[in-house]
Amino acid sequence: MDFLNGFVALSNFVLIPAIAYGSQLALGALGVTLIYGILRFSNFAHGDTMAFGSMIAVLVTWWFQGMGLSLGPLPTALLALPFAILGTIALLLITDRTVYRFYRAQKAKPVILVIVSMGVMFIMNGLVRFIIGPNDQKFLDGERFIISVREFKQMTGLREGLAIKTTQGLTVVVAVICVIALFWFLNRTRTGKSMRAYSDNEDLALLSGINPERVVMYTWMIVGALTAIAGTLYGLDKTFKPFVYFMLLLPIFASAIVGGLGSPLGAIAGGFIVAFSEVTITYAWKKVLTYWMPESLEPDGLVQLLSTDYKFAVSFVILIVVLLFKPTGIFKGKSV
Amino acid sequence: MSDTVKNTLLFACMALLILGTGFVQSWNSALFILNMGLISAIMALGVNLQWGFAGLFNVGVMGFVALGGLAVVLTSMPPVGEAWAAGGLRVLGGLVIGAATIVGAVFLNKRLSGRARLIGLPLFLIVGFFVYRFVFDPAVEAIEAVNPAGTGYLGGLGLPVLLAWPMGGLLAAGAAWLIGKTALGLRSDYLAIATLGIAEIIIAVLKNEDWLGRGVKNVNGLPRPVPYEIDLQKSESFIKSAEGFGLDPVTASTLFVKLGYSVLFTIVLVVIFVMAQAALKSPWGRMMRAIRDNEVAAEAMGKNVTRRHLQIFVLGSAVCGIAGAMLTTLDGQLTPGTYQPLRFTFLIWVMVIVGGSGNNLGAVLGGFLIWWLWVEVEPLGHWAMEFVTSGMAEDSALRNHLIDSAAHMRLLTMGVILLLVLRFSPRGLIPER
Repeated sequence: MDFLNGFVALSNFVLIPAIAYGSQLALGALGVTLIYGILRFSNFAHGDTMAFGSMIAVLVTWWFQGMGLSLGPLPTALLALPFAILGTIALLLITDRTVYRFYRAQKAKPVILVIVSMGVMFIMNGLVRFIIGPNDQKFLDGERFIISVREFKQMTGLREGLAIKTTQGLTVVVAVICVIALFWFLNRTRTGKSMRAYSDNEDLALLSGINPERVVMYTWMIVGALTAIAGTLYGLDKTFKPFVYFMLLLPIFASAIVGGLGSPLGAIAGGFIVAFSEVTITYAWKKVLTYWMPESLEPDGLVQLLSTDYKFAVSFVILIVVLLFKPTGIFKGKSV
Repeated sequence: MSDTVKNTLLFACMALLILGTGFVQSWNSALFILNMGLISAIMALGVNLQWGFAGLFNVGVMGFVALGGLAVVLTSMPPVGEAWAAGGLRVLGGLVIGAATIVGAVFLNKRLSGRARLIGLPLFLIVGFFVYRFVFDPAVEAIEAVNPAGTGYLGGLGLPVLLAWPMGGLLAAGAAWLIGKTALGLRSDYLAIATLGIAEIIIAVLKNEDWLGRGVKNVNGLPRPVPYEIDLQKSESFIKSAEGFGLDPVTASTLFVKLGYSVLFTIVLVVIFVMAQAALKSPWGRMMRAIRDNEVAAEAMGKNVTRRHLQIFVLGSAVCGIAGAMLTTLDGQLTPGTYQPLRFTFLIWVMVIVGGSGNNLGAVLGGFLIWWLWVEVEPLGHWAMEFVTSGMAEDSALRNHLIDSAAHMRLLTMGVILLLVLRFSPRGLIPER
């Protein structure tokens, strides 16, 4: 019984939040990795693109809520998601047309593109703050829990409760759908194959008649969809605050690099590695250990390896270790 | 038009902008822009050393600036004797154990191989970590329990505050050496992400390690290298000379204090600028640029690229640390909560790119110009919004929203300026020669 109680506590505080967070990171990292694979630069504006996408979701959700539209137990934001995706895609395509295309034609060095993306980051950040302001915004509605602590305790009779938030369940389901759709697209469709070919060897792809501008356009569209979804899910699960998305940049990059930049599979694995390390290292293990350890060995302190404020340090250390010992990441990404 | 004439004109325009602020708004805000412009120019010089001379992509400027700020506290605040007695030595011991663990791990990593390394290294790190926490944690608790509302930290060395500026440089240089040792071998954009992370970690340490710099409780009342306004207002001779200028003593005293800072900052800027200029023109500077332009060729000529990169990374970060210490001295308090990457890292990058990367004069000009814009965009944006919305109804929601949002115009403007410069004048206002 003690073992079960401990396991339930572990699931409640570590496993479930980490799975949800990992899915969000994975979706974000997929965007970073696709841009790196096709356009060959690290996009610093990625976090702010996520903020922009979720901002549209927030605004449209408010509009729907004002009209009395809702999805019953599910958050209304799901209805707003298509709008967010379209808006983000439009923004990214406009950015590409006005900003990035010029440097592509010039064959500018990757580091110049990174600086350019810094400028784009400023503009997107400014836009989001301009339209919705820098504060927290609430847009979650519908049922809060799939299983609440009380229900779980009544069902099982255990001392520890388990809560699964609707947003957590939703995150995982949507992430799985996105990943399946993405892999189907990359592996089965003509456009997807041409994207992979372009990523593997640009010159060869050009020789075989692949239109680079088309490949780039499709990449931005996919990235737009992924970022809008990742941003909205994160906003639903945690909170929508423009600055938070900027801070997500580090764990997202860590995930993409750990998995191997340019490798979609790696981005997903990396997202979960980073999320699980972050949550396990910053979790206070006292509760779980009191169930699992014999009474004489019960810990006195919180058994928290690092305080939650140092969660960036976790992604950072993972990043450094991977870069030092296996610079191409777990799944053999590129190192251009 | 020769370069000299053009540069003089550019700087004259900059001076006009600041003087104009003085005439239109107030001399107080003009001096504020001047002082912050001087500090920004020094930061821009530091980034220019790294990016302009050596092509190192450091987006962790904020971290070094914050370390400079910490140095002010550690140098100039009086030591808290009670806290030292409560756990000072134990904290130091804990830190030594932590450092020894890391050094030992690096050593083991080199010595061991195969399975021994796979098992031994993590085991060593875990044991080291727990020993470190065992020594460190109680000491921190004891220190933070000493008068938490007033001190709750170890305090500093009680030295004159001007000494804190070089100390800030040293502290930042030390951190940069450690970071450079691990991260400098990486490709340019990996280095960028690594430094971004380092800066966040440094800020997290400042926010959470209350025993070190009081964390988010802030350290107020840092000593100043210039007299206090209150004292000036009491002094007979000062009041007399203020009357000579036709100013009331209160305004005169704030202006006098700000001018004092300006003089000090100008001296530092000139010293650093002359040194950077000499470095740029020396054989060492030419070697740096050769490495930047073609690493492979420079390596083939027998230059040790990694060591040179480490060297300039440390130097540039030290300059940022000095600027950070000056900034905290000007503020009179250390507030870790106010360090934001957009303001302290990316804005400095805009300064360097707009001014002209690779050119020290350009970096200085960029520092002043972008800082002036950063401050002035807000009132200008407000004014523009008033103008745009003047046709709308007084209580229109859109009008109110637009006017309220004018404050966020600065980020947008900075982004647009950066993109325009990169597109149409990628070498900046004063290009590298």
